[in-house]
Amino acid sequence: MEIKVDKKINIKGLVCPYTFVKSKLAIEGMEPGEVLEIILDYPAAATNVPRSMEDQGHKVLKTEKINDTDWLVVVQKGKE
Amino acid sequence: MDDFTEEQIERYSRHIILAEVGGKGQKKIRDASVFIVGAGGLGCPAGYYLTAAGVGRIGIADVDTIEISNLQRQIAHSTKKIGMLKADSAKSTFEELNPDVKVITYKERLSSKNIMDIIKDYQIVIDGSDNFPTRYLVNDACVMTKKPFVSGSILRFEGQVTTIIPNDGPCYRCLYESPPPRGLVPSCAEAGVLGVLPGVIGAIQATEVLKLILGKGDILKGELLIYNALKMSFKKMKIPKNPNCPVCSEKPTINELIDYEAFCEVRPY
Ligand SMILES: [Zn+2]
Repeated sequence: MEIKVDKKINIKGLVCPYTFVKSKLAIEGMEPGEVLEIILDYPAAATNVPRSMEDQGHKVLKTEKINDTDWLVVVQKGKE
Repeated sequence: MDDFTEEQIERYSRHIILAEVGGKGQKKIRDASVFIVGAGGLGCPAGYYLTAAGVGRIGIADVDTIEISNLQRQIAHSTKKIGMLKADSAKSTFEELNPDVKVITYKERLSSKNIMDIIKDYQIVIDGSDNFPTRYLVNDACVMTKKPFVSGSILRFEGQVTTIIPNDGPCYRCLYESPPPRGLVPSCAEAGVLGVLPGVIGAIQATEVLKLILGKGDILKGELLIYNALKMSFKKMKIPKNPNCPVCSEKPTINELIDYEAFCEVRPY
């Protein structure tokens, strides 16, 4: 299934909580239903960012390890 | 949200994370302006936390200079600043904490002559004054200009806070119609205060202001919160709106600001 991505951010090098802070700021600027793609490399963030996104009403479409160091998280913005 | 610098994103990250704040809420905080009456026991902690929170513009009014007896509770000042104007001292302390915040000082006594002109430039007012004339002046001026304000007071071990939204709930005069007669006011020498008490009350006032800015949560509208430090109890009391309130009712009898006479030279609070 192909997911249409509206915005991409690369937050490699950032640790928690800045991984979520940056992801949250990115998604705030989007419209409900739009999709944000996040690339990150901080292992704890691969579970924390998706969980925090769900907590704040967004839908995590995908969390995937894409290579030795990086994860891909795809989030759909929920209603305000 | 791109106009926050990287440093600001880090500074306010613990706010941005909160669902109720976020980048949007932090922007509202940045764009807000708050006028604080008094750089004393209440104004110091309230202003300090609002500065830390990143409120864009803070006005602080006080005519007094720092005395050593203030330092037991007025945390924006310090021993080496004794003799300095409290407003100047608070400004330097706040700006050291957060250079994003613009602090404007008012070093004249607030009166019917100047208060309207000062508060018109601010969104919300905090009353941290230590005397009845100012308390009533601030109430009446805020009611007349429909400006929300957060009132706080402290004495011995007990503090009170209420948030007044003119035209939407009671005002301070609905609670206490006029300043108490001389005999009922504790004499100045009696008026001790536990130093940490204004820290609690001032921090609650700052909390109310942030919720007003964010438009989130429940505020102390129509309620008086009473904190007793000795009993470690918080109580809430409903404040009914007085349909015959001299200032906020439909037919007010007070239509001009009043400069009451101060009761006591040494400030009790
Ligand atoms: Zn009233």
